Amino acid sequence: MSARDLFPILPVLLVLAVLPFLGLSGSLLNLLIFMMIVALAAQGWNVLGGYGGLASFGHAAFFGTGAYAAAILQTRYGVNAWAALVAGVVLGSLVGAFIGLLTFRSGLKGSYFALITLAFAEVLRIIANSSEITGGGAGIVVPIDYGFENLQLRDRRFFVLLAVICVGVGLVITRWLDRSKFGAYLIAIRENEDAARALGVNVMNVKLGAITLSAALTALAGVLYTQNFLFLDANVAYGPWISIEALFAAIVGGLGTMFGPLIGAVVLLGAGEITKEFSGGIPGFDLLVFGVILIITVAFAPNGLAGISLKSFRRKTRGHTARSSRDGGADA
Amino acid sequence: MLEIDRLSKRFSGLVAVDDVSLRVEHGSITGLIGPNGAGKTTLFAMSAGFVPVDAGNVRFEGATVTSMPPHERTRLGMVRTFQIVQPFAGLSVRENIAVGAYLRTPDRADALAEAETVGNRLGLGPMLDFAASSLTVAGRKRLELARALATRPRLLLLDEVLAGLNPTEIRDILPVIRSIRDDGVTIFMIEHIMQAVMNLCETVYVLNEGKLIAEGAPAIVCGERPVIEAYLGQGAAARLRAEGGQPHA
Ligand SMILES: Nc1ncnc2c1ncn2[C@@H]1O[C@H](COP(=O)(O)OP(=O)(O)O)[C@@H](O)[C@H]1O
Ligand SMILES: [Mg+2]
Repeated sequence: MSARDLFPILPVLLVLAVLPFLGLSGSLLNLLIFMMIVALAAQGWNVLGGYGGLASFGHAAFFGTGAYAAAILQTRYGVNAWAALVAGVVLGSLVGAFIGLLTFRSGLKGSYFALITLAFAEVLRIIANSSEITGGGAGIVVPIDYGFENLQLRDRRFFVLLAVICVGVGLVITRWLDRSKFGAYLIAIRENEDAARALGVNVMNVKLGAITLSAALTALAGVLYTQNFLFLDANVAYGPWISIEALFAAIVGGLGTMFGPLIGAVVLLGAGEITKEFSGGIPGFDLLVFGVILIITVAFAPNGLAGISLKSFRRKTRGHTARSSRDGGADA
Repeated sequence: MLEIDRLSKRFSGLVAVDDVSLRVEHGSITGLIGPNGAGKTTLFAMSAGFVPVDAGNVRFEGATVTSMPPHERTRLGMVRTFQIVQPFAGLSVRENIAVGAYLRTPDRADALAEAETVGNRLGLGPMLDFAASSLTVAGRKRLELARALATRPRLLLLDEVLAGLNPTEIRDILPVIRSIRDDGVTIFMIEHIMQAVMNLCETVYVLNEGKLIAEGAPAIVCGERPVIEAYLGQGAAARLRAEGGQPHA
């Protein structure tokens, strides 16, 4: 990957980084932070589900592990927040590698893989809800102690900046998938596992790498969540909401695309916020909106929102190309 | 190059490959023929590591690879194609071939350049940027061959790469296969089209109901009674002789 490959990322990051300093209200800043956290979780989901074709219903397992690791290490063991961030990402990745070892070894794919990941996340939620170290049902509070060294930023604008930087890391990693041998192998496995194997791809290793990387990004989102809200309980950390939002954002935005998860998170949470205004905050109404958006996208833009722009762009520049004819490419 | 030693495979009662031994000589184009269901594809799958063997051994360039996973065999230089083509449907032709090329280089630019070279050689040049799913049958067969070739193999296992092609397409691809061999790649091919086998292969093995029933030069083997009967049914050889016809399968 060369520096040139990163060019498309820069303007997007720049816009996102400048946005909080344009005098946004506190609630808009909070929304922006939340969008970035979900975008990051969705970027993680996209590595495995979009590039690898292994759709998970249980990314909460990674999100929650990152979130709890950060909270528990800081409050119970007095670990520095930045070190806790690294530990959260590492532990989340390990959970990913563990689930990968169990499921890929037995060749689980498709809906079986999705359900197994859901089961893992639910088991973790139940354990977290009843064990002492997580604070059980009462949850866990990280005491307020503002300061950069504690990864607690009083000025919301700077927390936006921090979250944008993390999303930037996600973009760079995704770009790397588009440009590297590892990414090419992962996509090859998604398209046809046997053919990939015949061409010398170590399918098991590539899948394990993908789930580990995927889990790392989503765990980082969990750590950010902890540092932003300074409160966690099992339903927040390991609850299905984040698995669903990560998956929806990635699909709506565009599977296997660099900007897809970010676009998806912004659109979904933006639409959710707007309808919240009108619906007067009926619980679960935003999920309904997400569902409608998902259905519309799948029906009218099968390659996601990023696919629309990509499609029209390619049509203008190169005529008939591989990706723009991808809709009809499922047969063989 | 490839030595198959008393290989057997059983699928729940059905003996697909029954105690088969054969050799593919270095630098040769060797054929494997036989009626449908004879066990040819299963024999290839075991040679390439896709199906575990029940008994017997596979040796590649002297090394026993019987229980080595497929991707490691490919790294060693043995690559198979699929009878039912297996394109990466959503990717372009170039990207398809590049997956093969990545085996010998970690660099994207190198892999794409190699993909272009191999694609051009197989006549896929004008299609490099099209989706693999948009290719015709003949195009897909060429792609299957191109991807395999991009791994820089020393032994190619081709499973009916000519099936489904029309005579013109076959005429076009025969010289390509021969030129691959002339570049030093040994070829072991399953083929139904006898004209092509006669044309290309120095040696053929004939499989019927899992058993090896004949081997030798194609012109001679195809005149042998068990071979004719395997293809045309019991007593066919005798009938042919009685009618004074020249047996050609
Ligand atoms: N995975 C499998 N499970 C069960 N039976 C199989 C399997 N693969 C092949 N067979 C059977 O083994 C026999 C040989 O098949 P195959 O090797 O594909 O023959 P060929 O390639 O010579 O046409 C056939 O009867 C086929 O039905
Ligand atoms: Mg066959």
